[in-house]
Amino acid sequence: MAKPNDLVQGTLDLLILRTIAPEPMHGWAIAKRIQQISQEVLQVQQGSLYPALHRLEQQGWIRAKWMESETGRQAKFYSLTAAGKRHLEHETANWNRLSAAIDLVIEGA
Amino acid sequence: MRLLEKLRIRLQMLLHRDRESGRLDAELEFHLEQQIAENRAAGMSPQEARQAALRSFGNPVALREQARESWSWNGLEALWRDVRIGARTLLRSPGFAVTAILVMALGIGANVALFTLVRSVLLRPLPFAEQSRLVRIFEAQSDGSYQDNIVAGGSFAIWKEHARSFTDLSIMDEMSYNLAGAGSQLPEVVRAETASWNLFPLLGVRPAVGRFFTAADDQPGANATVVLTWGLWKRRFGSDPGIVGKNILVDDKSYTVVGILPAWFAWPDAKVQLWTPLYHEKSPALMRLFEAHNFDVVGRLRPGVTVQQASAELNAQQREIRREHPDGPVNDAVNLRSLVDADTYEIKTGLYALLGATGCLLLIACLNIANLLVARSASRSKEAAIRTALGGNRWRLIREQVVESTLLSTAGGMLGLAMAGGILHWLIGTRDDIPRADAIHMDGVVMLFALAAILGCGLLAGLIPALTSRDTRVLTALQESSRSYSGGRGRARLRQILLALEVGLTVVLLIGAGLLLRSYQQLRSANLGFAQHNVLTMEVNLPKNSYPTADRRLGFDEQLLSRVRALPGVEAAGLATIIPGEGRRRDEVFTISEHPPLPRGQVLDALTRFADPGYFNAMQIPLLEGRSFDASERLDHAAVVLVNRELVREYFPNEDPIGRHVVVDGVFPGESLRIVGVVGDTRDEITHDPYPVLYYPLLSGDQRGMTLVVRSTRDPAGIALSVQKAIAALDPQLPVANVLTMEQVLGELTLDARFDATLLLAFAALSLLLAMVGLFGVLSFMVAQRTTEIGVRIALGASRQNILGQMLRDGLRPAVWGLVVGLGASVGVTRLIQSLLFGTKPLDVEVFALVSGTLLFVAALACLLPAWRASRLDPMQALRTE
Repeated sequence: MAKPNDLVQGTLDLLILRTIAPEPMHGWAIAKRIQQISQEVLQVQQGSLYPALHRLEQQGWIRAKWMESETGRQAKFYSLTAAGKRHLEHETANWNRLSAAIDLVIEGA
Repeated sequence: MRLLEKLRIRLQMLLHRDRESGRLDAELEFHLEQQIAENRAAGMSPQEARQAALRSFGNPVALREQARESWSWNGLEALWRDVRIGARTLLRSPGFAVTAILVMALGIGANVALFTLVRSVLLRPLPFAEQSRLVRIFEAQSDGSYQDNIVAGGSFAIWKEHARSFTDLSIMDEMSYNLAGAGSQLPEVVRAETASWNLFPLLGVRPAVGRFFTAADDQPGANATVVLTWGLWKRRFGSDPGIVGKNILVDDKSYTVVGILPAWFAWPDAKVQLWTPLYHEKSPALMRLFEAHNFDVVGRLRPGVTVQQASAELNAQQREIRREHPDGPVNDAVNLRSLVDADTYEIKTGLYALLGATGCLLLIACLNIANLLVARSASRSKEAAIRTALGGNRWRLIREQVVESTLLSTAGGMLGLAMAGGILHWLIGTRDDIPRADAIHMDGVVMLFALAAILGCGLLAGLIPALTSRDTRVLTALQESSRSYSGGRGRARLRQILLALEVGLTVVLLIGAGLLLRSYQQLRSANLGFAQHNVLTMEVNLPKNSYPTADRRLGFDEQLLSRVRALPGVEAAGLATIIPGEGRRRDEVFTISEHPPLPRGQVLDALTRFADPGYFNAMQIPLLEGRSFDASERLDHAAVVLVNRELVREYFPNEDPIGRHVVVDGVFPGESLRIVGVVGDTRDEITHDPYPVLYYPLLSGDQRGMTLVVRSTRDPAGIALSVQKAIAALDPQLPVANVLTMEQVLGELTLDARFDATLLLAFAALSLLLAMVGLFGVLSFMVAQRTTEIGVRIALGASRQNILGQMLRDGLRPAVWGLVVGLGASVGVTRLIQSLLFGTKPLDVEVFALVSGTLLFVAALACLLPAWRASRLDPMQALRTE
């Protein structure tokens, strides 16, 4: 069974970008959301999540802002930049094509 | 847009690194708190909730490190950390650091200085427009007997008229003039050049003041004109622009100053003081001759024409000239060199040899430092193993090593750069045959070279020990270093290989230095054939105007000699046009009346010297046969010559030359001159075997320029003033030039050889010292490592001699290997410096033997102390140190 650690790096980036696309979120929430939506299949470890977030921020895909969280604590919220939106669309299209192709091979074999 | 965003982030990460670091902690802390809150919501006690959260969170430090690694500038941060660690490590062993830095400084300093010199003199273009198209043209002989002969006026005229490969061709010659003193100024002899009028336009030079020569100035009948260099104008005429258009006295004739050269113009060298138009100065007859080789020729290639094409065209023309003039010394080929090459090809080999030597020295310095670092890394192998065991990155360990050595080389390089300035100053001051010395300075390219040398040394010295410390077998390393016997074999072997290399390079340097030294010694001890001690020389040049007739000149010569010979302390005095050591200078072809005519195209050639009867005594040139000149053989009664032994050997084999007659059209046209005596050989070119010489009577009054030689009973410099006073009493307007003792003249002539040899010897000695330190270090290290083993062996009954011998053998092994490698390499390398050698073969057995002996002796000396220490070990002590 694939462990979440085996997630391809590019895939984790895609998941993060997709997750924060509707609204800004902090790290904890991003991990939780991915876990929920994937129905507990994908568990993102802190050891992968935070380096990924910082890397995306360095590359200018996402932007961080300190805001008050739902519990009233200050937390770092990440949101997509314009460039990040375009990147997400691009990567989503790529992923769709790739997974469709893999599907075809697996179904057709 | 995204670019701006990235830039903003980068700046933020650079400038607010600490703040960002704090924020990362806060972010992770927040995550942890959320996890605890969730755990509590799931019903855990606060204690349990916290522990569970921490468990799932993993190692917070590692997590923080991982996140930070994605930041920009992380590499820089890590580098800075390594630099701090490196600096601290070095500060902990200041002795090592200082030694290493000094060694590097010396190596890099010497290299930068030599590189600057080579670049400025040999590689950098001349300050002329499109100088890549400028060439020097020499006459040559197609059989290779002449390569760079200067050019005859007749050949030049043909080329100038017919050659299509050049936009222009110009002809020039070295001169010296008497510059009359105006007012209180003393008369002086100035170095000058005379050139066809088109030289300055051809080079692309513009006058600073006034104009240059025109075609009308450059004719035999024209008004005499002169162009002054900036230096002379400033020194002698106070930079007065009003001098242009005025007349000055040159060789007692009135010359109109037409212009001043710009200040940067110092070509062919800075000693040239003024320029005159060549066709005005030289007789038209001379300029039509194909036999009289007198001139330098400079040409500018047409755009798109290659040197090969131009060379082919001129060669064809010169072959044609030879066909039309099958008699006499007419060359049948040409040789083209770029202008820079023509100025420097004589000193090139020496400079490159020195640059090669400094390169070797730097390499040795690097190897030595690498060697020391290997020793250090060996003593720190336990630390490295522990770090590896704890998850330390091998790459980090290597980087630390390299950073440490780069720190050393950088500090050394900075110091070296400072030293390079001083070394360069000294080099230029010592070697006055270096062309364009004023243009030598350290520029951007030199700085780049220095930077490359620094980084290269740092990498080399750091990587060698780092890459070999591959402690993948951590356990072995830990075990090995917990016992102190037979450990670190691998490292000891590496150090021995490094040492062998070092010794090999040292051997090459030593042999090079040995050969040059021996060559210099040969040069100085060569039998020159004339007196070298207590001889004073000075040049006088009788102006044409004041001494128009042979009578007047003879009168001056005889009076001068009788006055000088009467001076106290003077043993003998003589006059000659050219004295030995001054080079070939003038030679003429001749025929022997008693011999059958030579086949077409063959000529006899001898150097041309005029001497007074007392000259041979003054110079102690022995009379071997016949008699010397007689004082009565003067003016028109001077149809006699003396020959030297070399001339007899070459042209009168098995024949008595006395009483034979020679005809020399270049000196006394049509006259039959009787050979009355044979004198000993002299070396006219100090590095060349004697040439055939014909001596003519100076008392013929034919010559105006000559050198006075005075042999004295005491220090000749002491009588220089009284001799000069005697000359001034005869003719106060007559300047005297180059007042030098014969030792000084010879010193100048052998300066290159001495300079190259001394410098190379210094480098070789330095590398020998480094190699010795290396040998000493390695053996001491090995002894320290094997203390226990040695203790056990002594305890088991090994004799002290055994131990001593064993240690000496171990220590000397790398030296012997290095010697073998070095001797092998020298066989190849010494061929490259063959042209610098005089009377010495590149494979001189004595030098090779001496170097081998010295090296082994020094190596044994270096090994003796550690080996002796090993043999004196107290076994109880040694075993207890465990």
